[in-house]
Amino acid sequence: MNTHTAPTMSSATIGAAGEMLAGRPKITAKNVNVYYGEKQALFDVSVNIPEKSVTSFIGPSGCGKSTFLRCFNRMNDTIPTCRVTGDIEIDNADIYERGLDVVQLRARVGMVFQKPNPFPKSIYDNIAYGPRIHGLARSKTDLDQIVESSLKKAGLFEEVKDRLHESGTGLSGGQQQRLCIARAIAVGPEVILMDEPCSALDPIATARIEELIDHLKENFTIIIVTHSMQQAARVSQRTAFFHLGVLVEEGVTQMIFTNPRDRRTQDYITGRFG
Amino acid sequence: MSITSTLTDGRVAGRAADSEFVRRLKRRRTNETVFICLGLAATSIGLIALAALMIDLAASGYPRLTADFFTNFPSRRAGQAGILSAWVGSLLVISVTAFIGVPLGVAAGIYLEEYAPKNIWTNIIEINVSNLAGVPSIVFGLLALGLFVYGFGTGRSIFTAGLTLALLILPIIIVATREAIRAVPWSLREAAYGVGATKWQVTQDHVLPAAVPGVLTGVIIGISRALGETAPLVTIGALSFIAFLPPSPVSADFPFISFAWLFEGFTVLPIQAFNWVSRPGDDFQSNAAAAGLVLMAITLVLNGVAIYFRYRLRKKLQW
Repeated sequence: MNTHTAPTMSSATIGAAGEMLAGRPKITAKNVNVYYGEKQALFDVSVNIPEKSVTSFIGPSGCGKSTFLRCFNRMNDTIPTCRVTGDIEIDNADIYERGLDVVQLRARVGMVFQKPNPFPKSIYDNIAYGPRIHGLARSKTDLDQIVESSLKKAGLFEEVKDRLHESGTGLSGGQQQRLCIARAIAVGPEVILMDEPCSALDPIATARIEELIDHLKENFTIIIVTHSMQQAARVSQRTAFFHLGVLVEEGVTQMIFTNPRDRRTQDYITGRFG
Repeated sequence: MSITSTLTDGRVAGRAADSEFVRRLKRRRTNETVFICLGLAATSIGLIALAALMIDLAASGYPRLTADFFTNFPSRRAGQAGILSAWVGSLLVISVTAFIGVPLGVAAGIYLEEYAPKNIWTNIIEINVSNLAGVPSIVFGLLALGLFVYGFGTGRSIFTAGLTLALLILPIIIVATREAIRAVPWSLREAAYGVGATKWQVTQDHVLPAAVPGVLTGVIIGISRALGETAPLVTIGALSFIAFLPPSPVSADFPFISFAWLFEGFTVLPIQAFNWVSRPGDDFQSNAAAAGLVLMAITLVLNGVAIYFRYRLRKKLQW
C-alpha cells in the first residue's frame, strides 16, 4: 500500500482493512499499569497490535506512550523504580512470566531509539554485535552475509559498502538511524519498536526512514511512537492516542484522524492542545 | 538608538535606563577582569612553586646523576652511595600494588555502580569509600603492621608493602572508576540492551571500553600517590640501609619463575631520600636531591605511559 494514497481510501476498504488487521493480533496488552516509584504513569491500558503492520502511538509529551512502548521489550526493567502490572502477550505467550529471560525477549523484539545511538565501533561491528552475542553466525561468511542483508533491508548498504570498517558515528544523523535499524534487524526480530525515530532528523532523512518503515512492515510488526501526527497518518495502519497515561482511543489510522470518537482525540489532532 | 535601549525595551526604555545599564555593564566587565587576574595569580603561584622546587632539586642533585648512582648500593660515603636497591624496591613494590590494587578497585567500582542495589547500604558504602580516600596514610601503615605483618605473618616484605599501598590507592581507583562509568551515556547501554545483551555483556563490551580512559586517570593518580608514600612503609618496617637486591623473579632453572623476591626486605626511593636528607653534610643532601629527581622521573614516565594509552583509547572511541 502506498502511504500517500492511504487517506483517500473509501470507508468500505477501511472497514475491511480494520477487520483484517484486528483479526490476527501479534501482541495483546491487557490492563497494563506502569508505576515509577509512587507515581503511576499508565492506567489500565489494553490494546491489540496486529501482525506485520505499523501501529503508531501518539499523544502529548508525558502521556505515557514511550513508557508503554518500552513495556514490550521490558526495557523498563533497566529502571530500578519502575513497576509494571497487567498482561502483555506476544504470540499468546506472557512476556512478564516468571522465568522468562529478557535477553530472549529482546532478541525477538528489537528497538530503535529517539536519538541515533550507534556503538562507537565500526559500521560492521555495530551490526555484527547482536548476531555475535546470540551466536547467529556459524562462520565469518555467515556474519558478512547477515551484515550485508541487514544493511540492505535498512536501505543503507549502497551508501556504506566501501567503508564498513569505518566508525558508525561518522555517518550523518539519518544514516546513523538507519544503521540502528539495521542493527535491530540483524538479530532477526519479529517486532520492532521505534521510539520517535525521526525526531532528531531533518525532513529528507525522515522521509527515507518513513519509506523504510513502509517496506519493513512486510516482514516485521512495527510499533512507532511519534510526536508528528502527519507521520502517524503517513506510516501507520492503526493509531492509538494516549493522554495523561490513559489510552483514549485506538483504531484504524484514517478513522482516528478523520472521525475520532473521543473529544480529547479530536482536540489533539486539530491542534487544540498538545 | 543604542543596543542597550533595545535590551531594556518594554520595561523602562529611555536615557535613564541606558545610563543605568551602562553603569552596571562596566561593573560586570570589571568583575570579569578581576577574576581573570586572580585566577592567573593562583595558577602562577602553583607553577612557580613547582618550578622553583624542580630547579632547586636539579641544581643540587643533577651532578650526582651518573650511571654509578643507579648501579651502586647505599654507602657510608656519599660519593659512592647509589640508589640501586631503592629504585628496584620502588618498582617491585609498585608492581605488586598495581597488580592487586587496580583489578580490585576497578571490580569494586563496577559492582558498586552497575550492580549494587541503590539502597541505604550502598550509600553507606559509598560514603565510606570516599572517606577512605582521605584517611592519612600512616593509618594504613598501622593497619598493615597489625594485620599483615603480625596477623598474617607476611613479614616486613615487598609483598606487605605492595598490599599496604594497594589498600591505600583502592578508594582512589574505586571513586575514579565509578565516576568514569557514570559518565558513559545511558543511550549506549540502551543500545546494547536493545539487541539483547546481558548486563555483563553491556558492561564488558560497551560501558568498560568507554570508561577505560577515566579509569586510567584514577590509576595514574593512585600509582603516583603510592610511589611517593613513605610513612606507611616505614611503619611496616621498610629497611633504610640495604646492600643487596631481592632474588630475581626469573631463573635459568625450572620453573623459571620465582616469587621469593616478594618476601624480601626492601627500601624505596622516598625512604632512601629521607634517610640521606636527615644526615649531616652537603654531599648527602645532593644524593637526596638526586634520588628525588629520579623519583619524579619515574612518576612522570609512568604517568606518560598511562596518558599515552588513554590518548590511544580515546581516539579509538569515536562518539
